[in-house]
Amino acid sequence: MIRTNGLTKKFKETLAVDGLSLEIHEGEVFGFLGPNGAGKTTTVRMLTALIGPSSGSAEVAGFQIGREDTAIRRSVGVLTESPGMYDNLSAEYNLRIYADLYDVADPAGQVEKYLKMLGLFDRRLDAAGTFSKGMKQKLAIARALLHEPKIIFLDEPTAGLDPEAARLVRDFIAELKKEGRTIFLCTHNLDEADRLCDRIGVFKTRLLVVDTPANLRSSIFGRKVVYHLRASDEKFVSSVRALPFVREAKVMESKLLVTLDDPEKQNPEIIRVLVRDGADIQFVGELRHSLEDVYLQLVKAA
Amino acid sequence: MKRILTIVRKEWAEVFRNKMVIFTIAFLPLIMTAIPLAMIYTTRDAAQSVGGGMDSGLPAEVTQSMCPEALSGAECFQVFMVSEFMMMFMLIPVAIPVTMAAYSVVGEKTTRSLEPLLATPITTAELLIGKCLAPVIPAVLATYAAFGLFALGSWLLVSNQRLLTALFDARWLIAIFIVGPLLAVMAVSFSLMISSRVTDPRVAEQVSMVIIVPVLAGFFGQIAGLFVLNKAIISWVALVMLLLDGLLVYLTTKVFQREQILTRWK
Repeated sequence: MIRTNGLTKKFKETLAVDGLSLEIHEGEVFGFLGPNGAGKTTTVRMLTALIGPSSGSAEVAGFQIGREDTAIRRSVGVLTESPGMYDNLSAEYNLRIYADLYDVADPAGQVEKYLKMLGLFDRRLDAAGTFSKGMKQKLAIARALLHEPKIIFLDEPTAGLDPEAARLVRDFIAELKKEGRTIFLCTHNLDEADRLCDRIGVFKTRLLVVDTPANLRSSIFGRKVVYHLRASDEKFVSSVRALPFVREAKVMESKLLVTLDDPEKQNPEIIRVLVRDGADIQFVGELRHSLEDVYLQLVKAA
Repeated sequence: MKRILTIVRKEWAEVFRNKMVIFTIAFLPLIMTAIPLAMIYTTRDAAQSVGGGMDSGLPAEVTQSMCPEALSGAECFQVFMVSEFMMMFMLIPVAIPVTMAAYSVVGEKTTRSLEPLLATPITTAELLIGKCLAPVIPAVLATYAAFGLFALGSWLLVSNQRLLTALFDARWLIAIFIVGPLLAVMAVSFSLMISSRVTDPRVAEQVSMVIIVPVLAGFFGQIAGLFVLNKAIISWVALVMLLLDGLLVYLTTKVFQREQILTRWK
């Protein structure tokens, strides 16, 4: 659905996007993470044919950027960083303008459908300027979906929203995912990315890494298993460390923390060794690193 | 065409929601209509004081271009006095659309509504034509309405058919119905160009008002007797305006760079 090859954008001397090569599949929710000023919005603008690349190429919905820009704009839906509504006009009229610009076959029907879907139908005649930030964001999402695009670019969809509004937006994105739409999600909310995205790309001018959230965790931190012991002893650590597949082992209070590559396969052997040495094992569990840990590790290293 | 009309309707919906805008659009033409009508009314007596004879006391150049032979000197004097102020009708198509057009692009930048708009399949030409027509149409209609009101007022004030024919001669019909719309397109193109380049709506409005200067210069130049607006001059003005409009429209499309507008402006 989206394929980029060495996509680069330079603003005079500033390199905003450096050789982005990426492939996003149909129906995938792709999280695009990166610090402020990393070039995420520039990437979205290039992929939505708002600005042209300095070099490299990209194909979106089967159309080449720079050559078939109007076709790209017709095929994608964009939620820009700021909702950018016409505050003096009603919610309904705001959407109607865009339905007409996108040549929607049944503009009134589509406007009504999305106003109802996003819980704004009762306020449809109110000026958009009277809406809360969350309502404006929902209206902007409705605007991006009016022409039923297969690919949707969401730039910080929950930024600045209160938890309730953010949750509503997240639930709506999850619904879009179920409908099989391809979603390119720029976000700072790592928990959101963890919950919604099939794959994540960490980006800071260049793409640092792309993988599933689970693989990113294990590739960077390994998988950590915690053995809760009645009483810890240095000899348990020594015995476990002696096993060839153990990447790291340490004691924290009465817990033994072991880093493994394949806990499902290697756990029984460790438990056998601990029992042999006289350890009383109370519980065994896996310590999950948050995506935030992964992200900070990657961005710091870059 | 559908997208152009959508932009026009959108601009009107936004602008005409503001009652002050409607007041401005109505007030200026009314004033511009009232002044020449007042001139007709006051010169009616003044013309009689000239003597009502065949000598208007005006230079031959003026009488030749404005007064048919059948007109008396007093009537010719009246036509001259009213014509001096009819140039004010030329201010309407320039002054009315300037503010609306000046806000058009920079206003959308400040409210952040330009990016979602540019993300739609609308082409730059469609967007600019829509943004140009939205202020041009009301300005031209206001000019025509004001001139219509002036014609009605003149008919009520002047019982003399010869005088009416002289007042509404080819000069003013070309000026109002051809040069008027061309002036509106010139003012709007210029304002759109400014609006695309600046970052503050107030700056856009102030700079755009410069476009009124040539019309004012024409008005005062005529009053000062630097030239007499005859059919030949107004025809030349129409031709020059046509070429100028073509150039300004071309420059407006060149200045409106989607990428620069989105990325350079913060």
